[in-house]
Amino acid sequence: MKILVTDFDHVVHEVTAEADWPIMEAIRSAGLPIKAECGGCCLCATCHVYVDDAWVGKIQAMDDEEEMMLGEAPQVRPSSRLSCQMRMAPELDGLVLSLAPTY
Amino acid sequence: MHDSIIETDALIIGAGPVGLFAVFELGLLDLKCHLVDVLDKPGGQCIEFYPEKPIYDIPGLPECTGQSLIENLQRQILPFEPEFHLGQLVSQLVQRPDGRWDVTTDAGTQFNAGVVIVAAGSGCFTPRRPPIDKIEAFEGRSVFYAVRRIEAMRGRRLVISGGGDSALDWTLNLARVAERVTLVHRRDQFRAAPDSVRKMHELVADGTIDFVLGECRALEGADGNLSSVQVATNEGAELRLPADCFLPFFGLTMKLGPIADWGLNLDENRIAVDTEAFETSVPGIFAIGDINTYPGKLKLILSGFHEGALMAQKAFRILRPEKRLLFQYTTTSTQLQKKLKTA
Repeated sequence: MKILVTDFDHVVHEVTAEADWPIMEAIRSAGLPIKAECGGCCLCATCHVYVDDAWVGKIQAMDDEEEMMLGEAPQVRPSSRLSCQMRMAPELDGLVLSLAPTY
Repeated sequence: MHDSIIETDALIIGAGPVGLFAVFELGLLDLKCHLVDVLDKPGGQCIEFYPEKPIYDIPGLPECTGQSLIENLQRQILPFEPEFHLGQLVSQLVQRPDGRWDVTTDAGTQFNAGVVIVAAGSGCFTPRRPPIDKIEAFEGRSVFYAVRRIEAMRGRRLVISGGGDSALDWTLNLARVAERVTLVHRRDQFRAAPDSVRKMHELVADGTIDFVLGECRALEGADGNLSSVQVATNEGAELRLPADCFLPFFGLTMKLGPIADWGLNLDENRIAVDTEAFETSVPGIFAIGDINTYPGKLKLILSGFHEGALMAQKAFRILRPEKRLLFQYTTTSTQLQKKLKTA
């Protein structure tokens, strides 16, 4: 499965993602500059991404922990998510997102 | 100052799980350790990031938490009487003509160590800097990531930003001395003690402090002196808050820090080591745990433990060249059991 990730220089990368893997891990293993400091523990908000509007409704809803932690990221929008908390699934094949600012 | 230098066999930089276990492996070989850590308590990421999260991949421990792992490691190394120097950053490392190392911290503590072991994880924890243009120009004069003296804030107009315990604690404490405190946070929810949140709301209700739902976007002022903080409110308005100081509390991030200047071979911010002794490109300096890299490296706590065991063998050869190294098991060696105070 693939996801399309826009980096900070507005370059779009096609990234391979395995089912059930955190999307942050897919972005990281593609070598893109995502900090993801805490390693997927939902503790740092440095894997902040903006999900393309067309895909927002298709992704699993946020739990309280993610919502709380996302409050620590800068320039949060309605489409903001922490990519370590989103898991790849067949219905997300082709997902479009972009890297977002972090503290 | 010369007589206050601390002599030690090994100086360990970083008191996370791997640094702590290195004390055990070195201790079995009768090597004395001092540890320096930038945090105010041992444990590193285990304590700072996930004290309550379960860890499932420590051999022999089906489940533990960051906190319990660190507590157990501290108990395990107690017989070796390690000495901790906390809240300090190792800033300087210079080799003496005799091969030993002069190590100095930013607090002025000086060591003379036979070997140096870098067990610094992902680097030293430092405050997160918000992505605000030219914030560096104000740092140290009117932007602070920590408050060292409450008195320095007396009579000042403060803007505090963040939604965690630090932001809340300082809002409550500084409200008593400051001319005015404005807390800025993006949400009306906080990752902080409920009691602090309640007290903060009380101060807002009685008009002692202001609370703005929004995000600090820009700083205005000249020569490092702040005049105002611009805030984008959640309603979409732009506010200009007059301020003398801006205090952002966005938690900690990790940086390699002064380690980058010690002439060690680095590979993408990690220290390259050999896999026989986990020694760096500079003999006598070792790197173990997440901070190192080598072909096949896995950033696992258990890998760091193994690296510490092999490192100790080489450290012994450097520190005690005249002695023979006898490999012994803790299960059968009465000598080792005596050291562990179990015999």
